[in-house]
Amino acid sequence: MAGDLATPRSRDLRPILSFVFVLILWDLAHRFALVDPRFLPAPLDILTRLISELSAGTILSDLAATLRRNLLGFLIGAAAGVSLGAVLGASRRIGQIVGPTVVAQRQTALFAWVPLLAMWFGGGDSGKIAFIALAAFQPTVINTWRGIALVPEPLRELAASLRFSQGQYLRHVALPAAAPQIFTGLHTALIYAWLATVGSELFMNITPGLGGRLSEGSQMFEMDLLFLAIAIFGAVGLIYNSLAEALEAQLLKGHRP
Amino acid sequence: MTLIHSSPAPVPFAPRTARALVQSLAPLGALSGQILLGLSFPLALLALWSLGAARGWVPPQILPAPSVVWQSFLDLCADGSLALHTNASLIRVAEGFALGATVGLVFGAAVGLVPALRAWVWPPVQAATRVNVLAWMPLLTLFLGIDEALKVVVIGWSVSIPVILATARAVGDVPATLRELGAVLNLTRAQRLRLIVLPQALPQIATGLREGLANAWQSLVIVELFASFEGLGYLMTWGRQLFQLDLVLVAMAVIAVLGFSLDLSLRAVERWLQPWQTGAGHGR
Repeated sequence: MAGDLATPRSRDLRPILSFVFVLILWDLAHRFALVDPRFLPAPLDILTRLISELSAGTILSDLAATLRRNLLGFLIGAAAGVSLGAVLGASRRIGQIVGPTVVAQRQTALFAWVPLLAMWFGGGDSGKIAFIALAAFQPTVINTWRGIALVPEPLRELAASLRFSQGQYLRHVALPAAAPQIFTGLHTALIYAWLATVGSELFMNITPGLGGRLSEGSQMFEMDLLFLAIAIFGAVGLIYNSLAEALEAQLLKGHRP
Repeated sequence: MTLIHSSPAPVPFAPRTARALVQSLAPLGALSGQILLGLSFPLALLALWSLGAARGWVPPQILPAPSVVWQSFLDLCADGSLALHTNASLIRVAEGFALGATVGLVFGAAVGLVPALRAWVWPPVQAATRVNVLAWMPLLTLFLGIDEALKVVVIGWSVSIPVILATARAVGDVPATLRELGAVLNLTRAQRLRLIVLPQALPQIATGLREGLANAWQSLVIVELFASFEGLGYLMTWGRQLFQLDLVLVAMAVIAVLGFSLDLSLRAVERWLQPWQTGAGHGR
């Protein structure tokens, strides 16, 4: 559905041309001084800033610091989420006891955890990573739980008649059967973790990183830096999304008959 | 809640008491037993928390006793400050939601109905919306300051995105058979919109609005943490600065409960819209 909205047909060049037009209009507005350059930098200014940042190496080291936090938090949160989700899914009783709390906790606004985690773990790296891990944990645990709880009955019966232990059942039956849903959870977790990474850098202590550059651009009124940081934030999100989609397609290729 | 009603799995870990409890409650229906089971875990956590606080397992700076949190909840209620902050937050959500829903419905309908807009204007706008409003916030501050305008625009922005997507999709995706029907009956454009496009688009738009409201609640917290002098997010920031964890916990609880009730009530509205949708779909 909505093929036009989500993915334009490949022969249709209008979406690409529309970006070109926006850039041209943006540039013309500058050349004819229609906009205040203090508020909207020219497209070329942003490119110049990118080149100077790249040659100084600053933006890359900021991005590296941000990505390190992001990946560390994601790994911790995803590992915890898959483990707890597997337990909730494998034992119906534990699912009934702990599950509603997990669901209710998901309803809490994610960023409401920032002040608490900052007090528990400090506003430095550990606080940030804890928050990123929480962001990755929530979608992972719910999707893993759902995936494993809904393993088809025949597979369960097969495992029971083969006298699989709980561990064997999880490893050989439940986890492979639930893989598509677990990947969906991990995909969402990747996106949330990225959002939480930049959020934590904006709301906790200022440390080297992309969020720090965002605040710097805003406070110093350096619009070229600000736009550059926003563009990098968007680009990383886009790359994560496409990587996750490609990986999902690859891993699930042989999965469904 | 298909999860809970899924086919029975082996339950080797079930505590005997829990099972006995469920069986004794069988006449009341399985549902209340499940609610009790679901409540048992947070209640156990609460008991552990009280015990830990009483025995001094964790310093109160790290986790104040539940009684302390409850007391500060009562204090905040008594001096009216909790009502003040909650009110400020709710007004922001309402204003931001109104702004975002209006912009989203109008722009979404335009994108859905006008192919030229969809081809030329939508792609750059979509690219901008793909970047979370969180990253735009430092930029928006420069244009809007850090007062109410920033908050309402940030919330409205996050609301408008799912509304635009849902509306554009719903309005643009009229099934070919229905479109042909409109052509056969020689309906005017206005009639076609009112009789064919709108009825089949409404449920999808309602879902978009619900997602928008969920977003509004999330971004309220984001923008209030970013810059504010009142509101539930501010209450948390303030508690953190004073090292008063009880304030932080009270604010978190209020945010959680309000967000949860908002979602529940919107789900109820959506369910109320569903029968109408199936009726319309089959009737024509």
